[in-house]
Amino acid sequence: MQPANLFILTLALAVVAYGLGYARSRSLAMPMGGIRHLKSLPFYYGARAALWCGIPALLVLGLWVAFQGKVIQMLVIGSLPADMIPDSEGAASLLLSKISNVASGALPPAMVDGPIANAAERLQALRGQSRLYMNALVISVAVLAGFLGWLRIRPRLNARAQVETILKWIFFACAALAILTTVGIIFSVAFETFRFFQKISFIDFIFGSQWSPQTALRADQVAAEGAFGMIPLFTGTLLISFIAMVVAVPVGLLSAIYLSEYASKRVRSTVKPLLEMLAGIPTVVYGFFAALTVAPFISDLAASLGIEASSQSALAAGGVMGIMIIPFVSSLSDDVINAVPQTLRDGSLALGATQSETMKKVIFPAALPGIMGGILLAVSRAIGETMIVVMAAGLAANLTANPLETVTTVTVQIVTLLTGDQEFDSAKTLAAFALGAMLFLSTLLLNVVALKIVRKYREQYD
Amino acid sequence: MNTMNATVTSEADMSETENTPLPETKPAEATIEEGVTVGQPFADDAKFQLRNVEVLYGENRAIKNISLDIARNEVIAFIGPSGCGKSTFLRCLNRMNDSIDICSVKGSLQLEGQDLYDPKRDVVELRARVGMVFQKPNPFPKSIYENVAYGPRIHGLANRKSDLDDIVENSLRKAGLWEEVKDRLDATATGMSGGQQQRLCIARAIAVSPEVVLMDEPCSALDPIATAKVEELIAELSESYTIVIVTHSMQQAARVSHRTAYFHLGHLVEVNDTNKVFTSPEHELTESYITGRFG
Repeated sequence: MQPANLFILTLALAVVAYGLGYARSRSLAMPMGGIRHLKSLPFYYGARAALWCGIPALLVLGLWVAFQGKVIQMLVIGSLPADMIPDSEGAASLLLSKISNVASGALPPAMVDGPIANAAERLQALRGQSRLYMNALVISVAVLAGFLGWLRIRPRLNARAQVETILKWIFFACAALAILTTVGIIFSVAFETFRFFQKISFIDFIFGSQWSPQTALRADQVAAEGAFGMIPLFTGTLLISFIAMVVAVPVGLLSAIYLSEYASKRVRSTVKPLLEMLAGIPTVVYGFFAALTVAPFISDLAASLGIEASSQSALAAGGVMGIMIIPFVSSLSDDVINAVPQTLRDGSLALGATQSETMKKVIFPAALPGIMGGILLAVSRAIGETMIVVMAAGLAANLTANPLETVTTVTVQIVTLLTGDQEFDSAKTLAAFALGAMLFLSTLLLNVVALKIVRKYREQYD
Repeated sequence: MNTMNATVTSEADMSETENTPLPETKPAEATIEEGVTVGQPFADDAKFQLRNVEVLYGENRAIKNISLDIARNEVIAFIGPSGCGKSTFLRCLNRMNDSIDICSVKGSLQLEGQDLYDPKRDVVELRARVGMVFQKPNPFPKSIYENVAYGPRIHGLANRKSDLDDIVENSLRKAGLWEEVKDRLDATATGMSGGQQQRLCIARAIAVSPEVVLMDEPCSALDPIATAKVEELIAELSESYTIVIVTHSMQQAARVSHRTAYFHLGHLVEVNDTNKVFTSPEHELTESYITGRFG
């Protein structure tokens, strides 16, 4: 049985355990005069039995799936004749993939050496065994633990407290999983970044104003040296994000104010979903809108004014990106403005303030932390956006502040560095991780600074 | 409540009073005639002249044909059971009902001869003349100083910083708060106690020198000591302002007001001198209410 099927079977067993536990607690309660004499409701006895049945079995299943590959590999390699045991990690993985290709039938056994064919057979056999053992173990653990849980149901047993405790730990595990994933990503990026800085100097990367990551593939190839200065990329990112925010923040904020303070219920109920629809348009669609409509329009307009403009420009990409993130700003701001208590509005209006004075002097300061949150989300969205820039702003890493020129961003370069066939240990590929790390650091910094600012200026209303 | 229920004689009557809606339990003679108010609803020196006022929430008539005068420099209390329309009526006087879409006001409402609901009427100017204090203290999340200075700033009442300082100090003094806060004017207002917050809201309202102050159950969120301070303050303010106060506490109405108006289910049943209302009410319903038979 596949692990996925086994998982479903375990869940089914847990459901059965629930039913049995429920029934047992009721049948125990009936002679005593009803379920009121139980310590907990029958639901909790059932849930407890189901958790006893499911959790250990799923843990066994998870551990088995996680480690079976490694163990089988070790056994297969260990069974090879002494002279074939690989001496390096690279050779080992090459050998293993050869063996598994033979085992899966992709490579005819006749084309490889005898020991490898033998190893392939052994691999096949081990996999079969492993699956068999896993099935037997998981099912028996589920049945046994479920039976124990069922057997130990007593009227005095406080199943409710136990279920609460287990649930608490399940919730904790979910929260921990999210954090651990983040930590894992940070470590993997940090590791590759470290390798990159072994090849390229940190100073050159941070302060270099040249970006042309083409390096020679072979020693005898005639090619550029390769320059890894991140300044043009970060200025490109900043320029485009800045243009996007110039579009999105005023429009988003003012429309949020209109929607929450001025619009009638009817207008609001139609306009708000329409605005939020902007967020649902795929970025590729924005991309070709920017590339095919906006960018040519801007370059034509500039030409008619006698200014030289590239057919792909930061302005086009940034402007369209700004439109894309309007809903982030407006929707979140609208929510926080609505959350400001009505009593504050009344207080201000009763003093003879107009609606806009009330907005400016009372509501806006009170809603500022939330509005900043929305803007920050929009900024990180703008920094991370790739598709529109690829399509509308080009790939040339120009160090410029002119929005009519072609620029490129960090994320776009990460994409171009990592698409296609790549050697994984070249400076070019590793540069993507270094860029990713820098991007991560700068957004982190941005968040910290913004949080500080918000904390300093916020007006707490309760 | 039973100790006050002198007229209730049998057990059956008592349970009826508790369990059935009000109109059925009323004595036959205690009917309300629409648009008729017993007592003295009118005054010679009227600040507000309100005639045949109706307030509708959609289809629902919250205020039914009420006529009332509010005299200059008097303290008038609105009492009545919950949902009788006293707050709704109060909020007509500075048009705070405007922000409710489905609410519409009919009839003639005049402040010193000028129509309140004239389409050309400037609401900002009206609210500067008719200030309001709310049920729950609602200081702005700003400093104490900024709270009081808010109104004067909006209306341009001070040309210099020192003028503004004077206005703030005077208002806080009138609200009896100056001694408590003079050393921490820059502290945030939301950190004050509930009673201080409410007095700050009163200071904020009088900082724009209104002619009328509307108070919507100003003490319902306060403890007895803070309530006593606010009531004392109302008594002092009555020398220079017209005050309309909605209250659920009949003792409070008796303590602070000159005249008392009794509202019932959207009708204005009786208006009389406070003494008279609480000693010898003219209307059956008023008597039932003040003796605690319902409400």
